Amino acid sequence: MNVTPQVRYQTPYGELELPEFYDTVKTLADVVDVDYYISGCPPPVPRIIDAIEAILSGKLPPKGSSFLFNKAVCDECPREKKDRKISSIKRIYEINDDFKTCFIDQGVICMGPATRGGCGAQCLNANIPCTGCGGPAPRVSDQGAAMISALASIITDEKVIDQIVDPIGTFYKYSLARSILRRRVMHE
Amino acid sequence: MREVIINPITRLEGHGKITIFLNDEGDVEEAYFQVPELRGFEKFCEGRRAEDLPIITTRICGVCPVAHHMASAKALDAAFNVEPPEPAKKLRELMYCGYYIYDHTLHFYYLGGPDFIVGPDAPPEKRNILGVIEKAGIQIAKEVIKHRAYGQKITEILGGKATHPVSACIPGGFARPISKEEQREIEEMVKSCLKFAEFSLKIFDEIVLKNTSYIELMKSQSYTLKTYYMGLVDKDNKVNFYDGKVRVVDPYGNEFVKFSPEEYLGVIEEHVEPWTYVKFPYLKKIGWRGLIDGPDSGIYRVGPLGRLNAADGMATPLAQEEYKRMYETLGGKPVHNTLAYHWARLIELLYAAERALELVTDPEITSTNLRNKPGEPGEGVGIVEAARGTLIHHYQLDENALARKVNLIVATVNNAPSICMSIRNAAKGLIRKGNVTDGILNMIEMAFRAYDPCFACATHYAIGQMPLEVEIYNSEKQLIKVIRRDIDGRN
Repeated sequence: MNVTPQVRYQTPYGELELPEFYDTVKTLADVVDVDYYISGCPPPVPRIIDAIEAILSGKLPPKGSSFLFNKAVCDECPREKKDRKISSIKRIYEINDDFKTCFIDQGVICMGPATRGGCGAQCLNANIPCTGCGGPAPRVSDQGAAMISALASIITDEKVIDQIVDPIGTFYKYSLARSILRRRVMHE
Repeated sequence: MREVIINPITRLEGHGKITIFLNDEGDVEEAYFQVPELRGFEKFCEGRRAEDLPIITTRICGVCPVAHHMASAKALDAAFNVEPPEPAKKLRELMYCGYYIYDHTLHFYYLGGPDFIVGPDAPPEKRNILGVIEKAGIQIAKEVIKHRAYGQKITEILGGKATHPVSACIPGGFARPISKEEQREIEEMVKSCLKFAEFSLKIFDEIVLKNTSYIELMKSQSYTLKTYYMGLVDKDNKVNFYDGKVRVVDPYGNEFVKFSPEEYLGVIEEHVEPWTYVKFPYLKKIGWRGLIDGPDSGIYRVGPLGRLNAADGMATPLAQEEYKRMYETLGGKPVHNTLAYHWARLIELLYAAERALELVTDPEITSTNLRNKPGEPGEGVGIVEAARGTLIHHYQLDENALARKVNLIVATVNNAPSICMSIRNAAKGLIRKGNVTDGILNMIEMAFRAYDPCFACATHYAIGQMPLEVEIYNSEKQLIKVIRRDIDGRN
């Protein structure tokens, strides 16, 4: 067996082509000139409406701005935040969630502090921590670094860091292509 | 030798591409359907946290994220060796019915509908959702939009988000109970969806079944494949979208195998061709014999018609009546006519609404008993019926509950061999002596549109028209003719 797809393949009747792969992931702005951003996966419907209204009325913000809010997901979250210090990292299925207390206060990683709001904290309303689909919070250039910094200020002990599994997948789930880590580590 | 290429215009990257080779007489020698994209999800899921998998894999598709979310959730249940409490299962299934309501509505009216409501040989500028509105009336269009939105709203209430929901990513549970008020809101929507599904079947009767030329087309050799069929069934062998065993019937309708999710590797194998990125699954026991149908070829079909063929009936009364009527009309089981997928889809829409009503009126549905404690992380397989067919997620987790290995068999992949054959048969039946008109190309497209394949969702614009470019080469490879259709449906 061991057949793999080929970029060019000669059939008995003629040649067929498949596209090649790049060795890197580009951001939208690396490829096209971006007028405005409506981030989120998917972008929140009310923010799409905001954008359409702005286009129709001609009252557009400066080029390059985002139609999400100039605040973090935390600012929209209904959960109570008491800024507790945390002494251990928990996984979402390991806690007895009371549906009220801030996930970070419970030791569960939530990307809310580092993520741009405007979604109405939809996932938090469904009792699931933010995973960061809105992209970096306002005035944050690197979403993962911002989250690492937020966590660093509240852990009780350096050893807590060792309990964070898959930090890159967790902190940069949606934003690795525009992070300071980009292409720093290349596997042969 | 001449070459005909049907290819989406380049600004829409990575979708299906059809290349048709003609011989010197201008008849079809061979037709290839290529999937020119590879997403790599199985690879980049490796090393991720288990609870992130139901969040990451939803991103495989913006139309059927709920199916991936649920297959993933069930794979995690199995991997952590935990069963969710009954109310959690019911909420998951209710959310799943909401997904079926919006997805099947989308396909029937927006994507497939233009072909048979407006007509396969209608001019391209009429063959879209606006043409459907013109023929069916603005009042009906409003109903279509309203009920698709209801399906999305139900998913949003239960899943947290309508697209890329999050609430089932806890192994052994569901993140969010619903209030009595939400229960009432969903019940009202579901009742309306039930009426809408009945109404859609009536439209199908009046516009499609009374159109003799469409029925002729449905029954023609160009749109017929005699394959095996696969789908999830409950303990009574009735169609089930969320849970049960996978049943396979042979081309004569006899049960070939019935298996539990964890046994899938013993039943399904995948074949790789060098000219496409999609794999071709087949029944291991029968074997891969190339792109041919019949009992000696291991190719099977999934999706609405596959499910109805693989089951003994529907678990709800109204859908069961419609099920019987379809098989009586089309001459018994199994039905091999590819265009009957559209009819089967509407019967499932009715079932989804009936089942949703059962679930939302269940006294347990507002229970807050939604989580059982997960065990140690290990290996698990989750299978659901996505709108487009059987969907398999298989995870191996390490001791930190990080994904070590991920295998996904996505609904459309199961149908990939049949889609290739349907396109080839339609091309052979319809293109003669080099006569390639726009109408013929649409009828070739109809061959794969019936399956509602995932790549078509991505290439279909809201207007419901897939952009196409057709190039015809003569035997010296000189371009002699170009047929081009843009996104707005103009030639």
